[in-house]
Amino acid sequence: MSNKSKVPKISTGHRKTFRQYFRAHWQLYAMMVPPIVMLLIFAYAPMYGVILAFKDYKVSLGIWNSPWADNYGFKNFIRFFNNYNFKECLRNTIVLSIYSMLVSMPCSILLALSLNYAKNVVYKKFVQMISYCPYFISTIVFVGIINMIFDNRSGAIGSFLFNNFGINVLGNSSLFASLYVWSGVWQGVGFGAIIYIAALAGVDQEQHEAAIIDGATLLQRIWYVDIPAIIPTAVIMLILNMGGTLNIGYEKILAMQNQNNVAMSEVINTYAYKVSLVSTFPDFAYSTAISLFQSLVGLILILITNKIVDKISGKGFM
Amino acid sequence: MNSKKISQDTVVYFINYVLLTVFLIIVLYPIIYIISCSFSSGDALMSGKVRLLPVDPTLQSYRAVFKYSSIWVGYKNSIIYAFVGTVISMVLTLFAAYPLSRSDFRGKKIFMVLILFTMMFSGGLIPNYLLIKNLHLLNTMWAVVLPGAVSAYNIIVARTFFDNTIPKELQEAAEMDGCSDFKFFLMVVIPLSAPIIAVLSLWVIVGLWNSYFVPMIYLDSQEKYPLQLVLRRILLLSQINLNQTNIDPEMIRRNQYLGEMLKYGTIIVSTLPLMIVYPFVQKYFVKGVMIGSVKG
Repeated sequence: MSNKSKVPKISTGHRKTFRQYFRAHWQLYAMMVPPIVMLLIFAYAPMYGVILAFKDYKVSLGIWNSPWADNYGFKNFIRFFNNYNFKECLRNTIVLSIYSMLVSMPCSILLALSLNYAKNVVYKKFVQMISYCPYFISTIVFVGIINMIFDNRSGAIGSFLFNNFGINVLGNSSLFASLYVWSGVWQGVGFGAIIYIAALAGVDQEQHEAAIIDGATLLQRIWYVDIPAIIPTAVIMLILNMGGTLNIGYEKILAMQNQNNVAMSEVINTYAYKVSLVSTFPDFAYSTAISLFQSLVGLILILITNKIVDKISGKGFM
Repeated sequence: MNSKKISQDTVVYFINYVLLTVFLIIVLYPIIYIISCSFSSGDALMSGKVRLLPVDPTLQSYRAVFKYSSIWVGYKNSIIYAFVGTVISMVLTLFAAYPLSRSDFRGKKIFMVLILFTMMFSGGLIPNYLLIKNLHLLNTMWAVVLPGAVSAYNIIVARTFFDNTIPKELQEAAEMDGCSDFKFFLMVVIPLSAPIIAVLSLWVIVGLWNSYFVPMIYLDSQEKYPLQLVLRRILLLSQINLNQTNIDPEMIRRNQYLGEMLKYGTIIVSTLPLMIVYPFVQKYFVKGVMIGSVKG
């Protein structure tokens, strides 16, 4: 008994009651107030707004007073799953996302390796600096540039391909995925390489020296020393990207979309946008249901992948 | 044997330079092409004569850009949105990040979960739209600037930076001397955090400067359009208004040429500011990516 009361007394300096702590450090909580309030308004209020997905939305009645939708509120979801657009959107979303993941990662790694073994420091720095440049070009300008260069009449590459091989890059929907992914590589590869350059810088130089003494060639050293060293980073990046599979960069897709490629370029996000804000008969509840479906699948994917990352490296974020 | 290996390595090093150079050309070619186009005549552009260097060099496209007033209205709006948005976002981000970096901060877990959850789940397009509408923010600058002001990712990056750079002893010593938390934050933490403030500001500025979707759904009146929306009309929708009342076919043809030239000029003029700023902040930028990726 006396023991119990004594122990906390010795360490009171650290374990104050919350009331005491708050009195001494109320300013820390005051600092938290503005950002948290902003999150409650701009992130959590819309989360509450997703109940719209289960309603039969009437503008005059507002979200709360609108009647619940049929089929226990799931009418909008059922409508989406039965819609012929559903399969197409889901397929396009997954194809674009996985294609881009599978291409951009090896490209980033290759660039990082290549930069790592460029002996001329000035040239290396120069290439690296230029490689970040495209990252700063805005989506609109970037898509504008794509349209200009690949124009089959006046574009430098487009007219070349059209005149010599009869390929109309912009007018061919089957080329949309490649155009989207490879232009994305052009824009993001320098940026994506940063993390691998850092991983390569962390490789133990003694391993390289030992390999050289053993008579390993440069390619062998890359294969047996460098690649194993960056695999953990690559695995984590891959898994983290998996979590965002459905959250594809729809701003660029929307900007690239035209009548010719819409069959391959309609993704869940752009579809949700089209049935609501640009439609002549806007259906807010339906659009909300589509977004909610996407958010929920995304959430599940993130939680799963996070568990996996945690298991592998203990680097999960929760 | 050994010399064979050395010569093989030399070949690999050489091939590596070739690869890098090919990469450099791939990155640079479209950029040089667009710059060359912006200095070429409309005739050369329409017939696709430009390959690498300007054809019939002229400054006409820039003259057209400077006369096209909605670009400059957009420019002004973008600067205002980027400035106001960045100030708000930075204050909120740093305010949230500092307490969260303190190991003694009670309730940290709850706040962290509240912030991290916004990274994983969002209400989606329409609930956001209705919120902005109900707050009567439609068609105002605040609809563009406020919703994205608090970014969970930026908070985590800033928190990690504080965690690693602000010594705990310093804060304890300050507390002993009766320095309040906020004063410590203002007088010690902020001055020590120049690199992270630079990185995060740059991210926010680039994000605001380049975004088009949010302004597109929330802004109606053209005089409030940021640059990207003006560019969207010009580049993607080809809605170019050269005030032509003329029905003379020769004039129309000339205007068509001018419209084409205008596109290239606007690309250069709109992208230039970031391209000029970027080399100066490049080293911070890389650092920020690294801090961010450590705690993905």
